[in-house]
Amino acid sequence: MELAPLLQYLISGLTNGAIYALIALGFVIIYHATTIINFAQGEMVMLGALCAISIYHLYPSLPLAFLGGVVLVTVVGIVFERLALRPVKDPSPITLIIITVGGAVFIKGVAMLLWGKEAYNLPSFSGDAPFHMGTATILPQNLWVLGLTAVVLLGMEAFFRFTLVGKAMRACAYNPRAARLVGISLSRMVQLSFALSAALGAGAGILIAPLTLGVYDMGTMLGLKGFCAAILGGLGSSFGGVLGGLILGVAESLATGLISSGYRDAVAFFILLLVLFIRPQGLFKGDS
Amino acid sequence: MNSRKLLNPWTLFGAAVLLAAGVLDNDYYLTLINFIGIHTLLVVGLNLLMGYGGQISLGHAAFFGLGSYTSAILTATYGINPWLALIAGLVVCGVTAFLIGVPALKLRGYYLAMATLGFGIIIYIVFTEAQTWTGGPSGLAGIPNLSVFGFKLDTPKRLYLLIWPVLGVILAISANLVDSRTGRALRALHEGENAAQSLGVDTSRLKLLIFIWSALYASLAGSFYAHTLNFIAPASFGFMFSIKLVTMVVLGGMASIWGSLLGAAVLTVLPEMLTVFHDYEVIIFGAILMVVMIFLPRGLVRGIMDLWAFRRYKKEGKIIA
Repeated sequence: MELAPLLQYLISGLTNGAIYALIALGFVIIYHATTIINFAQGEMVMLGALCAISIYHLYPSLPLAFLGGVVLVTVVGIVFERLALRPVKDPSPITLIIITVGGAVFIKGVAMLLWGKEAYNLPSFSGDAPFHMGTATILPQNLWVLGLTAVVLLGMEAFFRFTLVGKAMRACAYNPRAARLVGISLSRMVQLSFALSAALGAGAGILIAPLTLGVYDMGTMLGLKGFCAAILGGLGSSFGGVLGGLILGVAESLATGLISSGYRDAVAFFILLLVLFIRPQGLFKGDS
Repeated sequence: MNSRKLLNPWTLFGAAVLLAAGVLDNDYYLTLINFIGIHTLLVVGLNLLMGYGGQISLGHAAFFGLGSYTSAILTATYGINPWLALIAGLVVCGVTAFLIGVPALKLRGYYLAMATLGFGIIIYIVFTEAQTWTGGPSGLAGIPNLSVFGFKLDTPKRLYLLIWPVLGVILAISANLVDSRTGRALRALHEGENAAQSLGVDTSRLKLLIFIWSALYASLAGSFYAHTLNFIAPASFGFMFSIKLVTMVVLGGMASIWGSLLGAAVLTVLPEMLTVFHDYEVIIFGAILMVVMIFLPRGLVRGIMDLWAFRRYKKEGKIIA
């Protein structure tokens, strides 16, 4: 087989994979703080993209659109946690699943009302003139996605390792009761985790929008793939989630190129089922 | 079925079904009622899984679709007897549920939800993409009618006389299942997996069993659906339909056989009657799911019944609150 298309698949796979990694990280952060899987995570991605697009149409400045989109969605994440999850008296998994699924469907429905069913375009961050690497073409947006994802991931890692708040969040994940005993406000940490993961989701949505367009129903699929990436990496490990995202992206892109494009979206779930079947603890965790 | 009195839900149900058969002659209403029956079949199965098993399937539309397409393809394309095709559908769904359930149910909480959600989407993609078999997005037409002893079930009335008695039997089987040893084990499972295990309940086996069981109901409903409409398309078996089924369970009440009937009836009739409902369907489903689960986690009808019982007890001084 020729090398050229493989390189092209690798590039587009890594780009998508970086997006999945950001979404996966959103799942991991909330899971750490609450052991909740937030099924509405994908909708934050969609909201991020659409909000940024709307802001850009009002005032054509990309940095402003990016920031505005992230801030708006962060607020949505906080409000969602405050209104839909904090009042829950019986936090059994099934209750929480239904609530977050309901939230996802609700947000999607509202987005359909606000933006309609058409897809919107967001201009690339720095033009569309492609680079050539051998026979493969790279769009500047590919580099933006990869670069910004790397920056965000490093930032998150630093936040969790070196800041007091980050350490407090990790403490809540290890042992909520002990964390409370040393004076950490659990509910503030939960709120923060929802804010952070909403912001990450929104960022992912805005980064991908120039490549795939923004549309009201893009979220479900992206959310699922993000979850798939998080499981692949062993739920709870942010490094694993990132690697899981990249692996998933590349696998998907190779399968699309080499087998059939119609079944592209099925690849992620096939992998998900396979992982659940063989290594439910994820690829990068020791046997426990 | 604990009540031996003449006036129990079962005799009422039977009487209502018979009465409707005698009185109703409007094809539109009968078709609507048949759809309520088909939806109830789906919802009862899902409710066994959710309400009693404490697990959730977000891809139940896929089992419905598998049953439907197996029936449709075998009868319309290969001319096989519809009843044999229906049984084939049950086998396909049972085996598929087994294959999904084994890995997903070994783990707790969220895994079955995500696995079924993913499974639902894969199956939907297969329905759309495998055009040589399924006819792709434009669907599969020419599905023959069911017939009983050479008697063709080709009008809504005749279908009604098949669907509702069958539903009655299924409801009775479900009620019996819930009252059996398995049912008690299921409830123990819902209350707490560790506690159930310590009482000697093989929880993974039980969860798998109830998951397969609910998939079989869905398959049966799917076959009926195919032979009712004589035409099926992937759009009927997507993610939103799975959500609609979960909403029916939540509205009717978790762990409530009759609630399933109510939930299915309300959410089948309302979109037909109210255009507002139809236009904002997605938002309304989302809102119902969130609001009911936040405030009445056992479901709307159950929750209201609980509140009412609580008030009565309080009045009688049985609860000091």
